[in-house]
Amino acid sequence: MFPELNNLLNTTPDRTEQGTLTLLCDAKTDGSFLVHHFLSFYLKANCKVCFVALIQSFSHYNIVGQKLGVSLSTARERGQLVFLEGLKSSIDIFFQTQEEPHPLQFFREANGGNLQSLYEFVRDALKPRDSEETMWRYPVLLVDNLSVLLSLGVGAVTVLDFIQYCRAAVCCELKGNIVALVHDSGDAEDEENDILLNGLSHQSHLILRAEGLATGFCKDVHGQLRILWRRPLQPTAQRDRSLTYQYKIQDKNVFFFAKGMSPAVL
Amino acid sequence: MAAAATCGTGFGSSGSVAAVAGRSGITSFQRRGKAGGTDGGPRLLSIAGTRPSLRNGQLLVSTGLPALDQLLGGGLAVGTVLLIEEDKFNIYSPLLFKYFLAEGVVNGHTLLIASAKENPANILQELPAPLLDYNCKKELGEDVHNPRTPESDDNMKIAWRYQLLPKMEQVGPVSSSRFGHYYDTSKKIPQKLLDISKCHEFFLPEKVSSTLAVESCPLSHGYTKLLQFVQNIIYTEGFDGSNPQKKQKNILRIGIQNLGSPLWGDDICCTEDCDSSHRLTRFLYILRGLLRTSLSACIITMPTHLIQNKAITTRVRNLSDIVVGLESFIGSERETNPLFKDFHGLIHIRQIPRLNNLTCDESDVKDLAFKLKRKLFTIERLHLPPDLSDTVSRSSKQDLAESAKLLGPGCGMMAGGEKHLDF
Repeated sequence: MFPELNNLLNTTPDRTEQGTLTLLCDAKTDGSFLVHHFLSFYLKANCKVCFVALIQSFSHYNIVGQKLGVSLSTARERGQLVFLEGLKSSIDIFFQTQEEPHPLQFFREANGGNLQSLYEFVRDALKPRDSEETMWRYPVLLVDNLSVLLSLGVGAVTVLDFIQYCRAAVCCELKGNIVALVHDSGDAEDEENDILLNGLSHQSHLILRAEGLATGFCKDVHGQLRILWRRPLQPTAQRDRSLTYQYKIQDKNVFFFAKGMSPAVL
Repeated sequence: MAAAATCGTGFGSSGSVAAVAGRSGITSFQRRGKAGGTDGGPRLLSIAGTRPSLRNGQLLVSTGLPALDQLLGGGLAVGTVLLIEEDKFNIYSPLLFKYFLAEGVVNGHTLLIASAKENPANILQELPAPLLDYNCKKELGEDVHNPRTPESDDNMKIAWRYQLLPKMEQVGPVSSSRFGHYYDTSKKIPQKLLDISKCHEFFLPEKVSSTLAVESCPLSHGYTKLLQFVQNIIYTEGFDGSNPQKKQKNILRIGIQNLGSPLWGDDICCTEDCDSSHRLTRFLYILRGLLRTSLSACIITMPTHLIQNKAITTRVRNLSDIVVGLESFIGSERETNPLFKDFHGLIHIRQIPRLNNLTCDESDVKDLAFKLKRKLFTIERLHLPPDLSDTVSRSSKQDLAESAKLLGPGCGMMAGGEKHLDF
């Protein structure tokens, strides 16, 4: 986790809000550093994490996690982390035609299919078991990323239904959090992606949007992060607060600064 | 499911690539660990033609173009896909395809060539010959150059013992420790090198008999057959470490030509609203899964300029690791424009992956152009020639403004400023 991002979001691993949906969005840049941040953050916060990793392998997240101070393999052995690796499972489903149910069953179907089996997998993974009742604080679902589901033939409305079901189970029932990454295609006119992004934006409590700089490539400033708080859980808190920072990614940390205040410039 | 089980144990263990055997599956992203293996002694795994990345020790292979290797941060990571977006008339992208395969032949890697248009055997015969002379700078400067052969009738006077040894001949895979070679496109690769290389061929018209069958499976016939072929090769030859019989310590180089074109049975290049728009992206996803769990690297050329639906292009790029776009000047007004006379086209590095890392080795130079000389494919920064005319030519200002628009956008970000600022 990045300490500076924790300060900006005003959270620490000990003190977080529960029952929230956080939407991570990237436009014209790579927003995967946010996924690594939240993964290590929730593991350090002693939460039970279900990670649906559709785009990269386990060792990728493990190696980056070690740089950020968490060991995914240890967490998986302890039962704190339930890791669904999409790439590996897809090969199993595609090449071995067994008929038993699998979380990524929609892969077998020609026209999209529904994500019900995936939802059931998530629900079973995060359901508190009696033996570990007091071990973990609250469950967290992390998805990287939802746009891949659209590429695999699932419809945007189906993905929104899946998130709705997960919110009902994880956020409302189990008082946990959901974090999901969606790519913003910008001017590529991807209608399905726009539907998904708009739908999720309205449902989420916190939106983190990583964008490329409007002026083009810069060696010292890698992009801009817009933080938007929506739907605060306490009705008295201020609504729709938004902040913008620019960031630079380094090997083990990400530095945030106000717009135009990059150390390279000052 | 033994294959999956052995592959499963490999994940999470951050051993070096050396700790292979049949027990743990190979993931191509395992970092090279410390020299001490589990049995005490240092186990150095060195596959010919690979080197660890400077940033995180990841295994890299050369793309066949040393200039491109440099721009990609050292080379192509094992387990990733290099997507080449073809230029409009498909003149330069086959060259990059051939360079990649020729590099595999020279290094002794196993090849897998898949094409729907050309017979892979023909592609193999037409690979360019490597320039094995180490003083290749000399070669490139001169037009006709015969490598000087040592005079055979000179008796060695001092080191006469060496006269008894057979003369060295570059027959087998070049055992040089060089990473990345230069190729001469005017000569074909010597047959000796081809004879010892191993190549698997997938020619679509031979593998798929009928193309008119209604396809209810999630992928088209051609894509399914190709994936099964690739998976079969990976499994039987042990590139994923799951086959206990085979202890393969080699790289599989996969080359797929013109993917997405109508010859593969896909209609994304024909219509905008196609029903089967997910076939290509599903194919790429499963291919990605296959590559990540094996010691292989893949190059794909795709006619993205023909894809009608821009959303598909974006999705394809998101599912590939490295995306390089070629834009040749042929046929455009820039071909005759004196400002661009030094170059044959532009090359755009659209995407570089961040593997096992938060950052990536992006090059600072975003305006790159390429030029194909007879023996060399150079990539350099796009520069405009100086305006040396006696009178400041106002007519060229328009061209300068156009080219100024080229300079600036990096990684697909918006370029600022459209007016030509005239001080």
